[in-house]
Amino acid sequence: MTEAPVALRRTPLHAAHEALGARLVPYAGYEMPVQYGSIIEEHRTVRAAVGLFDLSHMGELLVTGPEALAFARYAVVSDPGALEPGQAQYSMLCAEDGGIIDDLIVYRTDEGYLIVCNAANHDAVVAHLGELRERGDFDAAVEDRSERTALIAPQGPRAAELLASLTDLDPGSLGYYHSLRGTVAGIDCLVARTGYTGEDGFELFCDARRAPALWDALLAAGAGLSIRPCGLGSRDTLRLEAGMPLYGNELDRTVNPFEANLGRVVKLEKGEFVGRAALASVQQAGPRRKLVGLVMRDNAIARHGYPVLIDGREEGVVTSGTASPTLDQRIAMAYLPAQAAAVGDEVEVVVRDRPYRAEQVKLPFYKRPRE
Amino acid sequence: MNPDDLRYSREHEWVRVDGGEAVIGITSFAAGELGDIVFVELPEPGARLRQFASFGVVESVKAVSDLFAPISGEVTHVNTDLRERPELLNSDPFGGGWIAKVKLSDTAELDALLDSGAYAELTAG
Repeated sequence: MTEAPVALRRTPLHAAHEALGARLVPYAGYEMPVQYGSIIEEHRTVRAAVGLFDLSHMGELLVTGPEALAFARYAVVSDPGALEPGQAQYSMLCAEDGGIIDDLIVYRTDEGYLIVCNAANHDAVVAHLGELRERGDFDAAVEDRSERTALIAPQGPRAAELLASLTDLDPGSLGYYHSLRGTVAGIDCLVARTGYTGEDGFELFCDARRAPALWDALLAAGAGLSIRPCGLGSRDTLRLEAGMPLYGNELDRTVNPFEANLGRVVKLEKGEFVGRAALASVQQAGPRRKLVGLVMRDNAIARHGYPVLIDGREEGVVTSGTASPTLDQRIAMAYLPAQAAAVGDEVEVVVRDRPYRAEQVKLPFYKRPRE
Repeated sequence: MNPDDLRYSREHEWVRVDGGEAVIGITSFAAGELGDIVFVELPEPGARLRQFASFGVVESVKAVSDLFAPISGEVTHVNTDLRERPELLNSDPFGGGWIAKVKLSDTAELDALLDSGAYAELTAG
């Protein structure tokens, strides 16, 4: 093993990960657990029971002040003005040209608007928001709480049962994409019913200093529920099955929300916001390329960056791909020219210089059974 | 954990020599490092392997890795079970997870490989 060239940051749960025998890898400037044992086992645990993720690397930015809402509405492409107290929404920050700077979740809390962004984009998001705030002279403050905030996510069909054993709140009655403040295992948390696995689940924001106690309490309480700690490896396969985009794979500065099937998130009618003009013209003209789901029909796995052929010509590119642990299929997402995107149509993916057949399928690949 | 009757390459493949023929595979250490193996691209029978050159591919959930031939020779058999059950490489790397049988072209090449003790040292800590 070679030493990382730059000092990696550690989450407050680093010691716990080491004690659990995690394999730690550099990710977004942090030393993060990619797996504790088998990625497939961790994946299946989240689908069948409950898995526990450390997501403390993610960024938490709190927007407050008299014009907090006006500023948030101007900065993101969704409309935080539609949020009831305690509600959250998936959103994006776009540049003036409509390219995605980050995808994120906006939570309306008792303190203000909490923006949870990707760790890899944290610095870009902070800089962008700072610039917008000054440009628009908003009477709002953006407080970076990333360092002091830990994020622990129990995800899976038994997550509500797990939480219920540790809190006076009624986690089962909390709506999807809603949050409320309360104590879990005696620790103050913002409890949100959000996640990135395609499964029911929660995300618990707490003071970084209390994170080890919360993590340990959740693992102990979950022992009878077949809980496992889960790393970023299974997080990636879970979100891919659920058809959820990953920044850096499906999303980047050259992609706009309409191309990524995220047009529904963009609220053009809310008034002026960053990227509005560019996004309005994309909506009118239609996106030039589209993100599609692929299932391999030949014996190969498509991976990020592999070319996609249509009628033998290279016309698209794979953004993510793996062997799906739940579906026993080899799945991928890819960008194709919009006119070539059609469920049921066949394309070819070039794997190690050879073309392999794949069929376009509807996203998501996996939808959880609803009760 | 590494059988004493095998020879090992620094790329974590093993060879079991039986007369002029050899069975090759990847080590338990390699399988552990790769994690859950979900796909194996095998050579065709008749393919000629060159020592330390790539002869196939293994894919885990997350990554694609080359297989490097521990010895030169002609492939006589491949383990077709691996097409349906690539996880044999994780569960039984020195047995049911063997990859190919090879007719050796130069037994002197075996001298460039490690014995189990030297390999254990290579993979320690």
